This record gives sequence, C-alpha cells and structure tokens, in this order.
Amino acid sequence: MDTSFAGRVYPPSQPYEVGREKIREFADAVGAAHPAHRDPAVARALGYPDVIAPTTFAIIVTTSAADVVVYDPLLGLDYTRVVHRDQRFVQRRPLHAGDVVTVTVTVESARIVAGNALLSTRGDVYGADGELITSAYASLVSRAVQL
Amino acid sequence: MAVKAWTAETVVKGASQKKVVIENLTRTQIVMYAGASGDFNPLHTDEIFASKIAGYDTVFAHGMLSMGATGTLVTDVFGNGTLTGYGVRFRSQVFPGDTLTATATVTDVARHHDSTVVTADIETVNQKGEVVVSGTATAALPH
Repeated sequence: MDTSFAGRVYPPSQPYEVGREKIREFADAVGAAHPAHRDPAVARALGYPDVIAPTTFAIIVTTSAADVVVYDPLLGLDYTRVVHRDQRFVQRRPLHAGDVVTVTVTVESARIVAGNALLSTRGDVYGADGELITSAYASLVSRAVQL
Repeated sequence: MAVKAWTAETVVKGASQKKVVIENLTRTQIVMYAGASGDFNPLHTDEIFASKIAGYDTVFAHGMLSMGATGTLVTDVFGNGTLTGYGVRFRSQVFPGDTLTATATVTDVARHHDSTVVTADIETVNQKGEVVVSGTATAALPH
C-alpha cells in the first residue's frame, strides 16, 4: 500500500437523495423499530421534516464514496484481505428523507504496521446547502500474507 | 425490562440498560442488510464463497449490521436527535443463529448551561458472552 495517500482529499461524490423507502428498508434490516423511521407524522411531531434515518444509515453513502480510495489501483490495498476494524460517526443531526447529500472523502492515515496495511478514511456528509450533517470515520486493515 | 430514554434530569454515572438487538440471526437478515446497505461482499451472503474459498465455517454478518443493531439501543437510551457520536471496534464475527445483547453504561455526565453531555460505554455480546462490538456513544441531552 502506498502510504503517501495519507492526507489526500477527494472531490465530492455524486449527490444521493435519502428516500423514505430506503430508510424503511435499512431500519428493517437492523431492527430499528422506532416509528419515526417509518411514519412521517411521528417524525414531524419530533421536529423533523420527514422520516429520520437510523443512526448508522450514513454508511451507505460514506462506504461507496470511500471506494474511490479503497479500490484505487495506485493505492495498492489488497481488498481481498481487508477487515473492517473500527467505525465511528460524529453526528450533527439525523439524516431524513429528502436530504440530498454529497460526501467528501479524506484519507486520515495510511500506515504499514507489522506488515499489515492500516487505512483510515473520513467521509464528511454535507447537505444540499453545504451543512455538515455527519462525519464517518472508518479504519480498515489488510492483513499481511502469512508465509 | 423495556429500555427507557435517559433525560438530563434522570441520567447518572453508572446507569446501565441492555437490550437483545438480534435474536437468532437469520441468513435472511444478513441478506436484507446487504441489500439495504449496498455491501455485497460475498463473505456475508455466498455460502460457497465463504466456506470453500475463504475458509470460514459459514457466512457471517457485516460488522455494520451488528453496529446498526446495537445503534438501536443507543438511540433508545439517548433519543435520535441528541446523539453526537457513536463509534465501535469490531471484535469478533457474528454468525447465523447468534443472539446479540447490547449494553449501554454511563461513564460520564457533564452538565453545561443548555445541555448535559453524556458518555456511555457500549458493548454487545453474543449468546456465549463473547464481545462482538464495543465502543462509546455520546449525546447532548437538552435541558
């Protein structure tokens, strides 16, 4: 892996529109039962314009945005050996249906430790008006080949 | 016991709540998560790939499925709009048939002018007591 990738910032991703049915599908998959994920009236009563997404929903856009780094052949990360080690979200507010977001990916660090490649990325998720909604920090490890 | 949201008035250091977040994980739920998240790594959904090629006993859940399921406890105890941070480390794999129980334990309560900032340790274990994800969550509970 090319450790000189550390510090790189990529251009914003294509816009992604958060939809009610995608939120419902994601909530069903993780077992998030709160009615604010499904019923716009409940979400509005809580002060949101539409149904709100479960807390880890942003991973949909941040992981696909980070693909430009992870799968960059010039980075040279062996993706077949990659394990997701850590994931962290810093959240300003929940995403809601109708949000149109873009993600800006930064390579926080790229290191080799004991032969393992450690890649940390940050995906900043912005709303259409440039508001920072959430930041997703991911750490991936590509384990050294055992000889 | 049902999980009850902590408020700025009620929360205290050491308080702890837990919840079964996945009961007897089905392969169907893993496939649902693959579709919902767009993560189609075959280790999670393709039995032949996972066992014969990658050498695992069987398919296993996305780490993010465990984090997402655990996140339902986090928003149950803090509410959806108050959460400011949630992070975990993935510690061991989760397989079909596993039951996951998540626990949130308050480690710090800091009272500010307009909100109370609460930090909690988050830990999820399987039916054998093995930790599958652990981390922290923070929330700013309004006054």
